[in-house]
Amino acid sequence: MSNRPLSPHLQIYRPQLTSVLSITHRATGVALSLGTMVLLYWLQAVARGPEAYAAAQEFLGCWLVKLVLAGWTWAFFYHLCNGIRHLFWDAGKGFELRHVYASGYTVLAAATTLTALTWGYVLFVAGGAA
Amino acid sequence: MAEFTLPKNSKIQPGKTVSAAAGAKRARKVVIYRWDPDTGENPRLDTFEIDLDKCGPMVLDAILYIKNELDPTVTLRRSCREGICGSCAMNIDGTNTLACTTATESIKGDVKIYPLPHMPVQKDLVPDLTHFFAQYASVQPWLKTDTAPPDRERLQSKDDRAKLDGLYECILCACCSTSCPSYWWNSDRYLGPAALLQAYRWLADSRDEATGERLDNLEDPFRLYRCHTIMNCARTCPKGLNPAKAIAEIKKMMVSRTL
Repeated sequence: MSNRPLSPHLQIYRPQLTSVLSITHRATGVALSLGTMVLLYWLQAVARGPEAYAAAQEFLGCWLVKLVLAGWTWAFFYHLCNGIRHLFWDAGKGFELRHVYASGYTVLAAATTLTALTWGYVLFVAGGAA
Repeated sequence: MAEFTLPKNSKIQPGKTVSAAAGAKRARKVVIYRWDPDTGENPRLDTFEIDLDKCGPMVLDAILYIKNELDPTVTLRRSCREGICGSCAMNIDGTNTLACTTATESIKGDVKIYPLPHMPVQKDLVPDLTHFFAQYASVQPWLKTDTAPPDRERLQSKDDRAKLDGLYECILCACCSTSCPSYWWNSDRYLGPAALLQAYRWLADSRDEATGERLDNLEDPFRLYRCHTIMNCARTCPKGLNPAKAIAEIKKMMVSRTL
């Protein structure tokens, strides 16, 4: 009896919008707290003086870091939008499966659009920050 | 604590292949999870190549064809073959459902069949549901009253009766609970969607007088609140019910009774 195997779970369960968006919410939450350390790094550079600030600006301005920051922005907007989706659920609204799918796709589109708008503004209107 | 990989004794090995589809117009591979408690070997995946023209339309028909014609040791639960008993719940093509109401034609490619996920396996497609039913019993799924019994039935208005729609239809097949990642990682303490849907079925019943006691029993970081609204339960329910909504209603009752 004790040697009974455990039936497979993550290995075989088909990824679907419900579970994928849920784990993404958690993953973006983790990413946001890690990203906050980058913000702290930048703030302490500001506090330390012009040279430290210049070094931080140079590091944050390289395209690879910018790409990571764009991902962080997406994580921020996804977590925000999906958090609002959770608030509706907490109020008992939006549980019909077709509403769950509609709100799920809306959150993905909203997070992506807001990220694009933010970076469009940063790169082309505000004149290339960081 | 969540363990994302399978224990050593549960790792799946390749199994045998049986071909019975010579000259078939509608040949299909059915891949079935096998585990034999008598051998002590790890689980394996057996492949049966069958002719869909020789068996009925549902996945259950295909499995019974395999059991009758190709390998009588294939083990599964089944009874009503019409989606009302919940016995043939299994993981088919990556989601939990009833084999008897799933058309084989609705599946693209090989038909992959596993037991309900993250459960101890008794044999092949038969999971041990002891704990699942103990959790069901823990919500005390019966009418509880303090008032003296009336001379006749306890009556209910049509509106109050309608509040039980979408709850009483549950057949306890365990598809929802075993589709829930939160249940996978915490089933020792989290009741899971099926038991909580049933808990709400009695909380929502106008004739029941034990609402406070029932809520007290659920007021716990794990029993109720491990539901993170992942929604796999509603996505997979073969009866089209919505356990996640029932759980949300319980959470609302928890809040509103403190106000």
